[in-house]
Amino acid sequence: MRAQIAVYAVLAILALAAPFLGLYPVFLMKLLCFAMFACAFNLLLGYTKMLSFGHAAYFGSSAYVTGWLVTARGWGTIEAILAGVALATLLGLVIGAIAVRRQGIYFAMITLALSQLVFFICLQAQFTGGENGLQGISRGSIFGIIALGHDRTMYYFVLAVFVAVYLLIRRIVHSPFGQVLKAIRANEPRAISLGYKVDRYKLLAFVLSASLAGLAGSLKALVLGFVTLSDVSQGTSGEVILMTLLGGSGTFLGPVVGANVVVALQEYLSDVVGAWVSVIIGAIFVICVMTFRRGFVGEIQGRFARGAGKL
Amino acid sequence: MLKPGTTTLFALLSLCACARAAAATDQIVIGDIDDLSGVYADVIGQGGIEAVNMAIADFGGTVLGKKIVLLSVDHQNKPDIGASKFREWADQNGLNMLIGGSNTGVSIAMSKVAAVKKVPFIAIGAAGASLTGADCTAYTVHYSYDTTALGNGTAGAIVKQGGKSWFFITADYAFGTQLQEAAARVVLANGGKVLGAVRAPLGTTDYSSFLLQAQASGAQVLGLANAGTDFSNSLKGANEFGLTKTMTPAALLAFISDIHSLTLQTAHGLYLTTAWYWDLNDETRAFAKRYFAKMHKEPSMNQAAYYSATMQYLSAVKAVRSTDADLVMAHLKQAKINDMFTKNGYVRADGWMVHTMYVMQVKTPAESKYPWDYYKVIKVMSGEEADGPQSDPACTLAKK
Amino acid sequence: MTTVFGVPLPAILGQLMLGLVNGSFYALLSLGLAVIFGLMGVVNFAHGAFYMLGAFAAYVALQFLGVNYWCALILAPLAVGLLGIVVERLFLRHLYQLDPLYGLLLTFGIALIIEGIMRGLFGASGKSYPVPPLLQGGFNLGFMVLPIYRAWVVLASLAVCGITWFLIERTRLGATLRAATENARLVQAFGINVPLLVMSTYGAGVALAALAGVLAAPVVQVSPLMGSSLVIVVFAVVVIGGMGSILGAVVSGLVLGLIEGLTKVVYPEASNIVVFVIMAVVLIWRPTGLFGKE
Repeated sequence: MRAQIAVYAVLAILALAAPFLGLYPVFLMKLLCFAMFACAFNLLLGYTKMLSFGHAAYFGSSAYVTGWLVTARGWGTIEAILAGVALATLLGLVIGAIAVRRQGIYFAMITLALSQLVFFICLQAQFTGGENGLQGISRGSIFGIIALGHDRTMYYFVLAVFVAVYLLIRRIVHSPFGQVLKAIRANEPRAISLGYKVDRYKLLAFVLSASLAGLAGSLKALVLGFVTLSDVSQGTSGEVILMTLLGGSGTFLGPVVGANVVVALQEYLSDVVGAWVSVIIGAIFVICVMTFRRGFVGEIQGRFARGAGKL
Repeated sequence: MLKPGTTTLFALLSLCACARAAAATDQIVIGDIDDLSGVYADVIGQGGIEAVNMAIADFGGTVLGKKIVLLSVDHQNKPDIGASKFREWADQNGLNMLIGGSNTGVSIAMSKVAAVKKVPFIAIGAAGASLTGADCTAYTVHYSYDTTALGNGTAGAIVKQGGKSWFFITADYAFGTQLQEAAARVVLANGGKVLGAVRAPLGTTDYSSFLLQAQASGAQVLGLANAGTDFSNSLKGANEFGLTKTMTPAALLAFISDIHSLTLQTAHGLYLTTAWYWDLNDETRAFAKRYFAKMHKEPSMNQAAYYSATMQYLSAVKAVRSTDADLVMAHLKQAKINDMFTKNGYVRADGWMVHTMYVMQVKTPAESKYPWDYYKVIKVMSGEEADGPQSDPACTLAKK
Repeated sequence: MTTVFGVPLPAILGQLMLGLVNGSFYALLSLGLAVIFGLMGVVNFAHGAFYMLGAFAAYVALQFLGVNYWCALILAPLAVGLLGIVVERLFLRHLYQLDPLYGLLLTFGIALIIEGIMRGLFGASGKSYPVPPLLQGGFNLGFMVLPIYRAWVVLASLAVCGITWFLIERTRLGATLRAATENARLVQAFGINVPLLVMSTYGAGVALAALAGVLAAPVVQVSPLMGSSLVIVVFAVVVIGGMGSILGAVVSGLVLGLIEGLTKVVYPEASNIVVFVIMAVVLIWRPTGLFGKE
């Protein structure tokens, strides 16, 4: 318990002080958005053992909706974010309803194919700007009171949302609902025999994961100021899987660490190795699957498993 | 216990970010952000970097007593990487000028950064006409070609030669549709007809169904409003299905590297428009020879544009004796560009560099006398004919 | 002139013909995937990458070794199949007792590595591979000219599909394979070297993908990106057919090729997504796919 609090305290201090330490706020915000995305994804993979291979669909479509509402319709920031999340939730409901009926590989394949559909719709639709994407999305302000144009202000806003999402996920996992999910993950037939409407629970988890992924996407659109097809692409779906796997699925901080590592790698490797980035990412995938299955945080936890509590 | 693991990781990452060098003010920093590994890598890519280096060397390596330095990075066709690298270089590396882009989406994102950071951005390779239209900025210069010039060139030349009825195979995204529209406008304006058009999804590898539809339409000209692999696959298919015997193929955007990989066997007879060709005159040949020695292939119009743009920027800096973006841009917009790339070029108010365009036809294998001898000039279009002397009305700068 | 959906009949016939060509191609690709999944339970995400390697093997063989198309048809699948065996031996083998999702993720990573390396070596733009002299030219069918090469692709694909189906469903070897999937221990107890069998199966499935690649090389530009867009469509085809069923994969491949062909005439912009829409519909109506076994 002590160790847990200490870790969080250090992280909190680092996070709050970061802009003043000379770290690049836009990069940090990008990290936070992807960390949020990975945490949302982990809700599904880590705690419900459902591998969604098309999670970028929610991330990206929410980003598009938010971006479009802000640029083309002049909506306020918060309203646009909420609208984006609403779409992601709806999408999650529709895709989830179809996918959840199946398990394991089939589930993954269905989510993959349906997210490809979303990709193609985004490609064709007029409002997304197709290949060029949506550009010049302004950050606006929080209900007209706090302007978000300045990087530092935006950083604290994103940080606040991130912390809220993180705490929400913890709450969900530790709630009675979370317990049922755990039971389903451990032994689905038994859960069914106990009378739980397993499909409904799985669907709810799926929808929650999709909404939060959408929130991450909307924020990213505002932080960077643009949304493009890569945000709904297969590549992004693959990246979030890697982040979660690398950091450790089934832990809370795992996806955060994983996201930081992957985003930082891409940012700094692109200078050095260009095309070979995908080879390196592929290699990391392979290594993770073969030997490093619990991911960074999972491994660390495993070593110090003595009642220190889950992080 | 759990502290060391995660917090060290965080700390390490933070250090990485901090370790970035502070701005170096005693250098002139030119940045090149391009697609070095994806679909545009062959028409620009490393060749572009080489061309910029050649320009820097030819200029003497220094300007205003400061050393010229080139930074380059692969944007991997992702606007976030392009835009954030641009920002980072501007904030932390003292970037004075950005060249590159290749991809319209990334270029638009970067031009917005250029406006905010007040760093001149010379966009090359992106075809979107909106870069000097709705998306124009006071710091963007658009070199080489755009969809308007391409449409005017190829479509104009063919229609005037008698190719009145057209069928388009268009890549189904903004670039493709803009190309088709630009070309169709010219066809109709010259008394021709568009008998049909079909939109093929981007990345289609098998064009057989679309080609069949083209054939069924009975049009004289097959207009290919696509580029890169899409273009190569559609032309290859057209050959396979015997279309090139009955229809005239017109490429709305093709590069010498495409022709080289398709071979003259497949590509002969094709019409295309280009801003520059290595074999036009002694100057171009001299440049190409040096380039070939390093890269082992002839330069495309884009790589030549990189050389020219860099030289022009450095000359402007020398002339105004400063790297101040506003002064440099003002100079660029009133200078006459007379170099290896073009003889009577100038930058319009909206940022488009007006210059001569050439409509070419690809030679037959029999007509080609030496390696890379691929084109014969059909028509020379002045800059005004190609893209109009008037700035794009959609650009707010044009109101000046 | 008779019209269907407002499109003249010759055009429809032409598109159906083309659909058949593409369909047989899809069938061949799905076959490899179905074999690997049906007999090993592994979702081979690297299938597209191996298809691409097959095409490149043919290209490189021609450019640098002077090996012609016909030899490449045999040698390329063998070479790539061998690579597949190495992948199985080094990586996949260790994952069988785990959740099948790990196999999927591993092959996903392998696909990234293979594609990344090829991109680094060859760049992203396509290379041209010529149609072999014997197969150049076309048949004039009246409503269209059918290139001889495309007719060859149909014949070759259907032949290979037929032979594979026969091998698996009607021979002793096939029976052993199928038994090993159901109960490896028991089969091993009979003295059959199951690991060797499994390894060869993966190799064979990969070889089928490479063969498809060689067949594709004269038609499309050989590029490192050629497999990644195709693999998801092929997966959809296999899912529609029913993931364990070889017959299902072949039939769905053919039917989907035809449907895609029709879509290209009637509503071309949707031709990319029609497969996924059908997949969604099939899964709602019949979760195990059309010929699925569960």
